[in-house]
Amino acid sequence: MDNLNSYLILSAVLFSIGTIGVLTRKNAIVVFMCIELMLNAVNLTFVAFSRHLGNLDGQIFVFFIMTVAAAEAAVGLAMFIAFFNNRESIDIDDANIMKW
Amino acid sequence: MSNILSVMTFLPILGVLLLLFIPKESKGVLRSVALATTLASFAVSLPLITGFQTNAEFQFVENVPWIAAGPFAMRYNIGIDGISLWLVVLTTFIMPISVLSTWTAVEEHVKEYMICMLLLETGLLGAFISLDLFLFYIFWEVMLIPMYFMIGIWGGKNRLYAAVKFFIYTMFGSMLMLVALIYLYFLGTKAGITDFSLVHFFDLKVDPSTQTWLFAAFALAFAIKVPMFPLHTWLPDAHTEAPTAGSVILAAIMLKMGTYGYIRFAMPLFPEASHQFTPFIATLAVIGIIYAALVAMVQEDVKKLVAYSSVAHLGFVMLGLFAMNEQGVTGALLQNLNHGISTGALFLIVGFIYERRHTRLITDFGGLSKQMPIFATIFMIVTLSSVALPGTNGFVGEFLILVGGFESSLRWWTIVASSGVIFAAVYMLWMFQRVMFGELDNPKNQKLLDLNAREIGLMIPLLIMVFFLGVYPNPFIKKMTPAINKIVAHTRIEPVKTAKAAVPTVEDTAPHAVPTQSVNPHASQPVAAPASH
Amino acid sequence: MFDNVWLIPLFPLIGFLINGLLGKKIKNETIIGTIGSVAVFASFITAVMIFMNLIGLPANERSVNVKIFSWISAGNFNADIAFLIDPLSCLMMLVVTGISTVIHIYSIGYMHGEEGFYRFFAYLNLFVFSMLLLVSGNNLLLMFVGWEGVGLCSYLLIGYYFHKKSASDAGKKAFVMNRVGDFGFLLGTFTLFWWLGQTHDVWTIQFTELAKNADLFPTGGIVTIITLCFFLGATGKSAQIPLYTWLPDAMEGPTPVSALIHAATMVTAGVYMIGRMSFLFIRSPETMLTVAVVGACTALFAATIGTAQNDIKRVLAYSTVSQLGYMFLAMGVGAFTAGIFHLMTHAFFKACLFLGSGAVIHSMHHALHHVHSHDDAQDMRNMGGLKKFMPLTYLTFLTATIAIAGIPGFSGFFSKDEILWQAFANPLHGSMNTVLWAFGACAALLTAFYMFRLVFMTFHGTCRIKAGAEKHLHESPMVIVVPLLILAFFAAVGGYFGVPKLIGDLFGGIPNYLEHFLSPVFANAEAYMHAHTHHAHHSHALEWGLMGTSVVIAVVGISVAYMLYMVNPDIPKKFTSAFPVLHRAVYNKWYVDEIYDFVFVNPCKALGRLLWKGFDVLVVDGIVNGVATVVMAFGGVIRYFQTGQIYNYAWTMAFGVVVIVGYYLFK
Repeated sequence: MDNLNSYLILSAVLFSIGTIGVLTRKNAIVVFMCIELMLNAVNLTFVAFSRHLGNLDGQIFVFFIMTVAAAEAAVGLAMFIAFFNNRESIDIDDANIMKW
Repeated sequence: MSNILSVMTFLPILGVLLLLFIPKESKGVLRSVALATTLASFAVSLPLITGFQTNAEFQFVENVPWIAAGPFAMRYNIGIDGISLWLVVLTTFIMPISVLSTWTAVEEHVKEYMICMLLLETGLLGAFISLDLFLFYIFWEVMLIPMYFMIGIWGGKNRLYAAVKFFIYTMFGSMLMLVALIYLYFLGTKAGITDFSLVHFFDLKVDPSTQTWLFAAFALAFAIKVPMFPLHTWLPDAHTEAPTAGSVILAAIMLKMGTYGYIRFAMPLFPEASHQFTPFIATLAVIGIIYAALVAMVQEDVKKLVAYSSVAHLGFVMLGLFAMNEQGVTGALLQNLNHGISTGALFLIVGFIYERRHTRLITDFGGLSKQMPIFATIFMIVTLSSVALPGTNGFVGEFLILVGGFESSLRWWTIVASSGVIFAAVYMLWMFQRVMFGELDNPKNQKLLDLNAREIGLMIPLLIMVFFLGVYPNPFIKKMTPAINKIVAHTRIEPVKTAKAAVPTVEDTAPHAVPTQSVNPHASQPVAAPASH
Repeated sequence: MFDNVWLIPLFPLIGFLINGLLGKKIKNETIIGTIGSVAVFASFITAVMIFMNLIGLPANERSVNVKIFSWISAGNFNADIAFLIDPLSCLMMLVVTGISTVIHIYSIGYMHGEEGFYRFFAYLNLFVFSMLLLVSGNNLLLMFVGWEGVGLCSYLLIGYYFHKKSASDAGKKAFVMNRVGDFGFLLGTFTLFWWLGQTHDVWTIQFTELAKNADLFPTGGIVTIITLCFFLGATGKSAQIPLYTWLPDAMEGPTPVSALIHAATMVTAGVYMIGRMSFLFIRSPETMLTVAVVGACTALFAATIGTAQNDIKRVLAYSTVSQLGYMFLAMGVGAFTAGIFHLMTHAFFKACLFLGSGAVIHSMHHALHHVHSHDDAQDMRNMGGLKKFMPLTYLTFLTATIAIAGIPGFSGFFSKDEILWQAFANPLHGSMNTVLWAFGACAALLTAFYMFRLVFMTFHGTCRIKAGAEKHLHESPMVIVVPLLILAFFAAVGGYFGVPKLIGDLFGGIPNYLEHFLSPVFANAEAYMHAHTHHAHHSHALEWGLMGTSVVIAVVGISVAYMLYMVNPDIPKKFTSAFPVLHRAVYNKWYVDEIYDFVFVNPCKALGRLLWKGFDVLVVDGIVNGVATVVMAFGGVIRYFQTGQIYNYAWTMAFGVVVIVGYYLFK
């Protein structure tokens, strides 16, 4: 029991750090890393519950999330490079051409 | 060759795939491939005519399960009967002509343009052959998109406005139709229908008040497409701005989708409601005939004038459909073809002079007959076909519609509509006079070249059809007749209504004495369309 | 032989196709003209052979239907491409092909050197084709095909000089006014078909079938509606009040066209149609009276206008309208044979008059051209004294004029007198008869007057052509003169086919061939008339008296014309200045065109503009665009939520998550 709790607490802490990072940092790479942090926090929860409940579904989900995260990393970094080529910056404040 | 319809419909998609691999600089190749594809599709559609058995059944049917979502089983169910046969052939017949008509008119984004044309053909053909409501809906929407791009990208000055207006008008109707369609499916599952083929829905006895709403939703979607007064204002804009081929397809085929929708779906699915709406729709149709004629008379833009003339012609078609008798519906379906041929030809003609002069204002022309005699002759013939001169195609359809209307309950409407023959002559001939006759005084017109071989070549098939349909329409009528009779019998409900009313009274007064009488009305109910498979 | 009747319309169709498609390449006028003429002549020969076969049959079997193929069939509606050969259609075919042949030959000379020579002959052939369909079709629909077809050719030929605005205007006017009539024809067809089918389950539009079932029709009522609709069609095609105004304008076409279409054949289609449907018309006393009154009024009204026109062709045009009025008068009083008889004689003398005027115009044009004058070659005020330059033309013209004026012995006398007598003595209209007769007689007076005015102004007196031009005036070539002679011959003797019984008896029983020949066609109508009206008996003395009166009237008309235009040419001028308003009104055709413009044409255009700019653009598009504007405005307000800053979105999302999770945790 205690075992699960500590995993969940760790996961919550990691997720919160990630969230705060996403919301406050301006460097796109850092924001991106924070997102990865959030995803991995979720992964941790999945694995913990999977272990705890003796059900493999959670672990299978983790594989999906990892795959998606990898794809996301590839696409995201490619976008940042393209963005950097245009704006000479990876500050997300500069990425505001989508506004009204 | 059991899947001839599928081959015909999806050949253009194959053409699209082929086009994707052709570099966009080689315009000639792109055009040729597109033309070859449409011609191939036309060739594939020809056996439909010869192989079509003159009976009321759906033929060349392909019916396989497609999407099974819970109780809703959408099927890939296609086939044609006498009603759709000629529309399908008209489509495959018009498409090569429109592709050929853009040979020199479109120089930019040829590849994308041709892709749009071919996608459009698939959408149009698919909608005409669908025997599954959901499949129909998908094709119905598919054809919107390429047309939207054709108007929006290759159109005239005000193209974006026209494209958006066209799209939103049509979309508005389709959404209501989609809701009605889903509700109909819902009713179908409740009634225990497991195979969602259209024919099974014909047997579905929807209760009359529900019918009213469902019919209204379908009718609105189709009325916009027809277009019926007062939902017609997208048409003049769309026609004026669209490139020539777009206008041709729009007028010749796409508008037919609306009238086809009525006869194929709205009327047989909701017979009681159709009867209830008949005076209303007939009134709108007749207003449309007169109104559009009057408005066409004062147009300054040739293309707009032709667009308004379409509204008037399709008013006739609607009147014929809602006459709900054999003559009226036959006339309406013939008029569908006729309008496709003659108005398509008119738009080609306007395209020819637009390509030469880059203007469509009537006042910019005058006296062209002197400079372009071949053009003048062809233009004259098409004009006369449009004013329904006997001997040309327009007359047969219009006459049958009026005969049908006269025999039905719409006699007074028909009398008013008949005056349309006068107005048609006024606006068409006046336009012709101002464009073709008079002094050739505008110096820009004095150097105009007459039609070239390609242009003559693409008009000739249309001219042949103008006379063929005018002089010997019986082969066309014969193939349609059984299907029309079936629909007419299915839609005719007055005897049932009176019978239903009679049943309780008979049973009330003499419940035991006359059992046969209370049975008879049921027996005399017209047998609703039997399932074809 | 009857099975070959389709050849009759086929020949001109072939001629049309050859000249229409290849004429431009052929170029050679002789070949084109020959193709056109031969095509029509071949029809004429075929028609003669059919005629010979027909009179070989016993009188009661002279009605043969020949079906070629089924044209339109849908439900209980069925229309065939099929021909009806009976005395009436046969006579019409003979007249049409005969006169057409003559006029085709004339046209080779008249149209010489015109641009689009091939086009002219192609249209002319097409016209003959349509006209033959009209007179030989065995059902209403096929008749309607011809009916509209001749209208089309009329449109094309009036607008032959399409670069002239007046010509193309006139063509359009003719077509549209004809369409108004066609509207009536269509409604009549629908009502007839529907009523007979609905009430008696006889679904047909075939003439012989209809005639067979004629007894199913009641007197008056629905028949009045049907026949009035058909009569509206006839007024359009045959230029009767109220739809006559297109015919004078139609004179913009080349003169052979005026002769063939707008005098001899097409405009008589309405008369033919009433004759064909006589069994129906006779069953509605109201319609018969309407036809008679409209005919009589048109005859008189058009004649008044004819007295004040100076354009030689316009005088003849109004004369045509007036003479057509006579034919309708005849139809309206039940004198069907007399109407058809006048149709035939009129075809001869009016074609002759038009072709003669064409020869004059041709010569005048040529002469004026030589001296570079822009005087109007058709204005009679520029003519005068042409007799000595064009003796043959004068002779033929005079013959035809005498015929139309109604001088005994010439064709017009027989037919016109028969009509006037029937108008007086018919059993249908009771007390109206005297009025009808009086109208007809007055019109006869005016006819004699204005026709001789025309002759005197054109051929007699001093030559008023521009000085120096008269030496260029000359007789026309043989290709023009010979047709004139042929027509003048028939204009003189054409009346002997239908000598009234009264005169026939006087000369030892000359039979009325025409009446005998046509009697089976009108037998049904005649029988009905005898059964339902009592024939008042009129004495021979009265008939002789009226005949004498009409001769006197003709002579008076001629004398007045002689007095005014030969003896004392100042009187007309004085008259004009004494009654300026009257003269101006008559000269301007009683302002009917202007009234029509004011009442129909302009309001229609204004209404169209109003509906377009007012309803389409303002109301419908206003609503459509209004909806779009509202949506856009709303979007314009809320779009500011989209800052484009990523962390704004992120914060909003996080906030949303907190709210949702909070809601579920603490609810």
